[in-house]
Amino acid sequence: MSSVAVAHHEHHHDTDSIDVFGFWLYILTDCILFASLFATYVVLHHPGAYGPDLKEHISLNYVLVETFALLASNFTFGLAIISMKKNKVQMPLFWLVLTFIFGAIFVGMEVTEFVNLIEEGYSYTTSGAASAFFTLVGTHGLHVSFGLLWILTMIIQIPMFGINQTIKRRMVYLGLFWNFLDIVWIFLFSIVYLMGAM
Amino acid sequence: MLQELIFGKLTLDAIPWDVPIVMGVGVVVALGALGVLGYITYARKWGYLWTDWITTIDHKKLGIMYMILAGVMLLRGFSDAVMMRAQQAIAAGSNMGYLPPEHYDQIFSAHGVIMIFFVAMPFMFGLMNMVIPLQIGARDVAYPYLNNFSFWMTFVGAMLINISLFVGKFAATGWLAYPPLSETYFSPGVGVDYYVWGLQIAGVGTLLAGVNFIATIMKMRCPGMTLMKMPIFVWSVLCAMILVALSFPILTVTLALLELDRMMGMHFFTQFAGGNMMMYINLIWAWGHPEVYILVLPAFGIFSEVAATFSHKKLFGYTTMVWAIAIITVLSFIVWVHHFFTMGSGGNVNSFFGIATMIIAIPTGVKVFNWLFTMYKGRINFATPMLWVTAFFTTFAIGGMTGVLMAIPPVDFQTHNSLFLIAHFHNVIIGGVLFGYFAGLIYWWPKAFGFTLDEKSGKWAFGFWVTGFYVAFMPLYVLGLNGAMRRLSHYDNLTWQPYFIVAAIGSALIFVGVCFQIWQIFISIKNRAALRDKTGDPWNGRTLEWTMSSPAPDYNFAFTPTVKDIDQFWLDKENAKEIGPIHPDKLEYNDIHMPKNTSVGFWIAMFSGLFGFAMVWHMWIPAAVGFIGMIGSVIVRTFDKDTDYYIKADVVKKTELAHFKEAIS
Repeated sequence: MSSVAVAHHEHHHDTDSIDVFGFWLYILTDCILFASLFATYVVLHHPGAYGPDLKEHISLNYVLVETFALLASNFTFGLAIISMKKNKVQMPLFWLVLTFIFGAIFVGMEVTEFVNLIEEGYSYTTSGAASAFFTLVGTHGLHVSFGLLWILTMIIQIPMFGINQTIKRRMVYLGLFWNFLDIVWIFLFSIVYLMGAM
Repeated sequence: MLQELIFGKLTLDAIPWDVPIVMGVGVVVALGALGVLGYITYARKWGYLWTDWITTIDHKKLGIMYMILAGVMLLRGFSDAVMMRAQQAIAAGSNMGYLPPEHYDQIFSAHGVIMIFFVAMPFMFGLMNMVIPLQIGARDVAYPYLNNFSFWMTFVGAMLINISLFVGKFAATGWLAYPPLSETYFSPGVGVDYYVWGLQIAGVGTLLAGVNFIATIMKMRCPGMTLMKMPIFVWSVLCAMILVALSFPILTVTLALLELDRMMGMHFFTQFAGGNMMMYINLIWAWGHPEVYILVLPAFGIFSEVAATFSHKKLFGYTTMVWAIAIITVLSFIVWVHHFFTMGSGGNVNSFFGIATMIIAIPTGVKVFNWLFTMYKGRINFATPMLWVTAFFTTFAIGGMTGVLMAIPPVDFQTHNSLFLIAHFHNVIIGGVLFGYFAGLIYWWPKAFGFTLDEKSGKWAFGFWVTGFYVAFMPLYVLGLNGAMRRLSHYDNLTWQPYFIVAAIGSALIFVGVCFQIWQIFISIKNRAALRDKTGDPWNGRTLEWTMSSPAPDYNFAFTPTVKDIDQFWLDKENAKEIGPIHPDKLEYNDIHMPKNTSVGFWIAMFSGLFGFAMVWHMWIPAAVGFIGMIGSVIVRTFDKDTDYYIKADVVKKTELAHFKEAIS
């Protein structure tokens, strides 16, 4: 019986590649999620849409600072990954803390922006277009917040576990997630803020 | 204040004390639940239930649990159907029937939601779990722990929908909850909220199960099994799961936006302040149409397996079958507008979607001819799975042709939302999806439980189901062409009534069929010793799942198989005729590395259930507890390092030896 002839050993690094593949699939589904929100945003922002114009309420400079905070957090996360190669705990931890700080600045600035907009009378209940703005940007912000929680978990786990295979794999996932959120933000910045301000 | 934070809008008045039907059902369900819980306690089975089932990550057991969920929900969804048929049979002219419109509306909404999300989906995932890892020669799915979690999320979603029967109301909006009817202004109650949260929670489970099975099929196939050597059921599931991954996020977004409208006062789909209700309808069908193919593609896979096995022939046109499945997968994303040609998007748009819809008939036709040619000149064994396949051919062909008919926009304008449409999609969903899953259930039942199902009662069930189906749904075509709309709790045109009475008789016949199915399972369990599947290959099968004992051992394969052909097991059997079987004593066994059971998936799902229920009733403190519980459980799990164990080689050897002895006896 040829189908049972070969005894085959399964190795642990195989499961790693399967797991990362699955995480890519998850990122794909998240892409579709954001795509649906972008489509909704564009549909509700047709010329002559009901309600106040977003243009009068946004400050591109403020959003640019926000953007750089997020990009900086991505850069420091990259450094955390590189510094893991030495299998020492201190440097990855340092870069992760910095990543967390930049990410938190981003979320904090976004929340402040939302509060200001609502105070100025551009609230999520004002119009369909405003609902779409808050939902799209807010969903991204929610993702970043979950990412922050995840970074916090890693900051606790790295000293506990040391740099082992599990930690390395989780950092790969986190890196994929964090990069993905940056890319989504680039689209957000272009479509919502740049095109909205013009 | 505190009371409001804990209980939100929930008061004792939420329980419909004054509706005798609901209260009667409530008493029966409560007594049934008490009986089951009492029996478990009496038999001291709680520990067994917890360690062997609730926390299990074994795909075979999860498959069985999915199928039990689907079976119970089928009874619920079917009783809704019987109630509707009874109402429409009598509610003509001056007779208002026995159901008030408000109640009737909840029944047809619940019927659709339950049948699609909590019968068809779990049934499909049950069969997939049962079979896919065995067919590709794998130990388990790619992420066993996620698999357990997915099941419990589906379960919790189903429970939320069912709780709405006794606490509060269910949506009275139809199964897709179109706005503006589903907005707070027209549906101020909790019905739509139950709908949204139930489906969101189940949807997360489904999405992750989809990811899980794509990874399983792409990454866990045994050596030699290239993509074009996978059993056709695996192909159909792969394509269906790709559809899940691509379409379920759209559903998540759509329902979330509806809930934001309802809860936060946003304006996505309202009819004022710049909302656009047609956007909901576009979004929901951008998920909804692929969903149809998510359900039917695996059924196509089952028909292919069953037709080949019971004709004792290789599947005709394997390559064209694969391409047909792949083409349907792609096309399913560009036809959604045919669900609402009446939107008014203009002749050009409607023509595009009409033509795209008709094109789907081509790959589907290829498949039907492939099945027919598979049967042609085969030695056909008309066992019950094969009977369901033959019933499928005619039923699905009729449903398909009425579908192509309605793909013509001008015709659709006449039949839109009429009973003609209802007859059409029941024709394809019952005739295509359900008959397929029934065939699959009987076909793979021995692999799950170790004994085959009783054939005689199965044939009676088949006869009543198929006859009942035609009697119940053919009159609806006539009614639809005569102008009867869907979702009517009452009508004035007395010439319709005879047709509705015939349809009600049809549902009674189906009811007899369902009773025979329950009897079939009961009698088979009773006679399980006589029906025992000793060889593990009761149908003279062709693919890897039949190589091992029935039920399959915990570790599935003692050795990872190697594959050279699509029908590898058939080839092996042909070869074995010359050299004879290998005695397990002569083989060298290894320890098998297995993942450990975990209760984390169960707990996350339970916290999600609490969260969902609390959100429905605006109970903010329980909602916070549920939310923190979900996140907390995930984080706690990441600290757990003790997640696997080994099955010792001598245990494997003992199991294999026992099967060998039984098989040659």
